[in-house]
Amino acid sequence: MRVIPQSLRTYRRYWAVFFLALFVFLLVVTDYARIRGWETSLLLELDPLTALGGLLTSGTVYKGLALALVIVVPTLFFGRFFCSWVCPLGIMNQIFSRWFSRRKPLHEQALNAYRPVFRIKYYILVALLVLAAFGSLQVGLLDPIALTYRSFTAGVLPGLDRIGVPVHLHPPVFWGGVLVTLVFGAILVANRLMPRFFCRVLCPLGALLGVLSRRAPFRIQRDVDKCTDCGKCVRHCQGACDPDRELRVAECHVCMNCIEDCPEDALHFGLRRARSSAHKPIDVSRRRVVETAVATAVLFPMLRSSVSANTLPTAPVIRPPGSLAEEEFLGRCIKCAACMRVCPTNVLQPALLEAGLEGIWTPVLVNRIGYCEQYCVACGQVCPTGAIRRIAVAEKAGEPPFQQPIRLGTAFYDHGRCLPWAMHIPCIVCEEMCPTSPKAIWYKVVQLPGRDGKAIELKQPYVEPGLCIGCGICENKCPVEDLPAIRVSSVGETRSTSNQMLLKGSSG
Amino acid sequence: MSGQGTGKAHRSRYGRVAPTLTRREFLKDVAATTAVAAGAATLGLLAYSEDPVRREAPVVHRLPDFRVEPSTMHPVLAVVHGTHPEPMVREAIARLGGMGRFVQKGDRVLVKPNVGWDRQPEQAANTNPDVVGAVVRLCREAGASQVWVSDVSLNDPARCFVRSGIQAASQAAGADVRLPGANDFVTTDMGGSLLRVWPVSRFFHEVDKVVNVPIVKHHSLCGCTLAMKNWYGVLGGRRNQLHQDIHTSIVDLAQAVRPTLTVMDAIRVLKRNGPTGGSLGDVAVENTIVAGLDEVAIDAWSLQLLGLTSDKVRYLAMGQERGLGVVDWRSLNWTETQLG
Repeated sequence: MRVIPQSLRTYRRYWAVFFLALFVFLLVVTDYARIRGWETSLLLELDPLTALGGLLTSGTVYKGLALALVIVVPTLFFGRFFCSWVCPLGIMNQIFSRWFSRRKPLHEQALNAYRPVFRIKYYILVALLVLAAFGSLQVGLLDPIALTYRSFTAGVLPGLDRIGVPVHLHPPVFWGGVLVTLVFGAILVANRLMPRFFCRVLCPLGALLGVLSRRAPFRIQRDVDKCTDCGKCVRHCQGACDPDRELRVAECHVCMNCIEDCPEDALHFGLRRARSSAHKPIDVSRRRVVETAVATAVLFPMLRSSVSANTLPTAPVIRPPGSLAEEEFLGRCIKCAACMRVCPTNVLQPALLEAGLEGIWTPVLVNRIGYCEQYCVACGQVCPTGAIRRIAVAEKAGEPPFQQPIRLGTAFYDHGRCLPWAMHIPCIVCEEMCPTSPKAIWYKVVQLPGRDGKAIELKQPYVEPGLCIGCGICENKCPVEDLPAIRVSSVGETRSTSNQMLLKGSSG
Repeated sequence: MSGQGTGKAHRSRYGRVAPTLTRREFLKDVAATTAVAAGAATLGLLAYSEDPVRREAPVVHRLPDFRVEPSTMHPVLAVVHGTHPEPMVREAIARLGGMGRFVQKGDRVLVKPNVGWDRQPEQAANTNPDVVGAVVRLCREAGASQVWVSDVSLNDPARCFVRSGIQAASQAAGADVRLPGANDFVTTDMGGSLLRVWPVSRFFHEVDKVVNVPIVKHHSLCGCTLAMKNWYGVLGGRRNQLHQDIHTSIVDLAQAVRPTLTVMDAIRVLKRNGPTGGSLGDVAVENTIVAGLDEVAIDAWSLQLLGLTSDKVRYLAMGQERGLGVVDWRSLNWTETQLG
C-alpha cells in the first residue's frame, strides 16, 4: 500500500470535520429519546472561557469543566489551535469565508492582513472577566460554543423542521428566538466583510486562547533567508496573523495554510531555528486593559442597582427544577440553551428582559408553551455548569430519602376567567392534569342559581399551596387559551428563601 | 438590447449619448411592453375576487366502522380473573371466539391502549404493558400484516411510551409504535351532537381493524375513565374543551370510533387521584381482564371496581339511548372465568 504524504493542513481539516460532526451529533442526541449515556455537553465543557468564568463567579471548576484543561495545556505549548481545529463556530466561519471569498489573490491578501481592530476582542475578554470577578457571568453572550449551541437550539434546528426536515416530533417555538438566530446569522454574514470577522475581532474565547499562547514554544516559524517576501502565505491565513512579517502568535490559529502556500519552503511549524524571524507580542497596551477593567468595575454596581429577578422576586422568572438560587444561578448559567434543547415539552425558553439584563437568554419556564414533566430531570443532566444541578428523580419528586418535592412556584386561579368560577361552565381540566398525589388542585361541589334561576351543580377548583409543585401543567392545559385562568408564579420556589408566602416552614 | 439601441453609444462633451432609435427597436419595445401589459391585465382579471383570501374547502374524512359481523355463537362479554396477564387475555379472547374472528390475514391492526401519562406500570395510570403485548401477539398470530400501537398522549409522548413500558412490550411482541407528530392529524367529521369536525390522528384512518385496550381508572369529573373515554386519545386540537360537556363528548366519541374489539385492563386499578395517580397507595390489584364487543356493557361492568353504579355515570345511559350498547350487562350473553 502506498503511503500518501499528509500535510499538517490536511490533518487540521480532518479534525475540523470531526469536531463539526461531533458538534452536530451531540446536539442531535440532546433529546430524551436519543440521549442514552452520551456526554452531550462535551464541547461546552472543553471551553476554557466557561471554566474560567465560572471559577471567577463561584470559586469552583464544576465537574466536566475540568476538561477545559485538555484545551488549555496544549494551547500553552502549541498556540491557539482550538479556533480552527475544534471550535464549531470557527470552522463554520471558515467555511462561510470560503463561500464568500472574492477569489482574487490580491483581494484576499488585503483581507487577511492584520488590523488594529482585532484588539477589540481582548477588551471584550477583560470586560467579561471583570464582570465575572464581581459575580455576573456574561461570557455566554459571545462565547462561540455557547452561542452556537444556543443558535442551533433556538434557530437552526426548529427552522429545519419548518422546511420539512423532521428533527422534532413537535417542532418547538422559542421566546424571542429570532433574536438569537439573527445574531448567529449576522456572525456568518460578517464573513462577507472580512473572513472570520467574529473570530478575529469579537471572540472572547479566541482572545483568552491568544493570551495563553503568548509563550508557546511551537509556532509557525519563517526562515528570513529562504523567504522572498512574495506574500503568498497571507492569502489563506485564517487568523490574519502576518506570517509574512513578524508573526503575531496570539492571532495565529495554527491553521497551517501558510506552510502549504509557501513556494520557497520558508515556513515550518515547530521550534525556532537559527534564521527564524522575530515575532510580535499581543497588540494591546496595558493602559487600555486597565481602562477597560476600571470602566467595567465602575459599571457593575450600577448594573446591579436595577430591578432584576436577583434583586426582587419576579413572578414570571420560574427557573428549571434543581436551579441554584438566582444570584448563584446567574453566576453559573452560560446561556448555552442545552436545557432548552433537551426539554421534552418546550417549556424552557430563553428569557429576554424578564430576569433583568444580566439574565438575557437564561432559561425560564413559559407554561403557555409547555410545562415541567413531573418525573423529568433532563435539563439538569445536560447543564454543563451546574446552574441547574444534576438531580435525581427522587429528589425532584420528594420521594425518600427526600422530604419535599422541588417546587418551581405556585399556581393561582384567576376567578374572572376560570370557566366554573366566572361562567358556571363545568371544566376542571386543571384538576385532571395535576400530577401530585394527592392532587394539589381540589374542588368543592356547589349548587349555584344560573341566569334563569335554575340550580346548576358545579365543581369549583382550588389550589392547595402546600402540595403545588409549580409544574405548570394546569396552566398549559387550561382551555382559556391566550391568558389561562390558572397561572403559576415563582413564589414558593424551593431555591429561594425569600420568595415565599407561607408561614408554615418559613425561616423569616 | 431593446430600448438601449443596437448601435454604439457615442461620447460627447456632455456625457454618453444614446444612438438613434431604429424602427426595429421601437417595434420590439412596443411588443414587449404590450405583452407585459396584457399579462398583467389577464392575471388581474383571473385572480379577481370578492374575498380577501383564497380558500379551498377543507377535505373532511370519516372514520370507517371497524366492527365485524356479530355472532350469536359467542358471548359478547368475557370476564377473566387470574394472576398472569397474557393467559388471561388469551382466555378472554378465546371465549369471544378467538382472535381469528376479529383479525383476518393481512389486516393492518391498530391497538389503542391508554398511554396518556408519564407514569410507570405500577402506578396504573396507563394500560398494563403485558396486556398490550398479549393483544399484539394475538393479532400477529391471527395473521395481521402489521400491528400499530398508538395514542395521543397528554404528557410528552416519547416519555409516556417509554416509561409506561408499552413501547418495549409492543415492540417485543412485533408491533410498531406510532407517535403522532404535529402533522399527523386529519380533519375528520365525528358526526356527533357536540363534536363535529375535529383533527384525528391519521393512524386511525390508515388501518383495517382497531382494538381498544383501556384501563380502569378513577376520574374526578365523570367518575371513571374506561373504554368509551379512551377515545379521547384519537383527537388532536383543543380537546381540553371537551370537559365542558364531558358526557356528551364521550358518547359522541364512542359513536364515531367503533372498535373491532375491546380488551379492558383491570389488572391494576387506579382507585383515586385519577386519571394521573402517582402514588402506589392509589392503586389496587384486581387481576381481571374484561373483553367484549359492547363498550357500554364493558364500562358498566367495570364500575364495580371503582365503587360506582351505572346511575352515577350519565354517559352510559346516553350511550344506550344512542344504540351504542347495553348498560345492563347481565342481560347479555356473558361469561366469567377464574384461571388458576
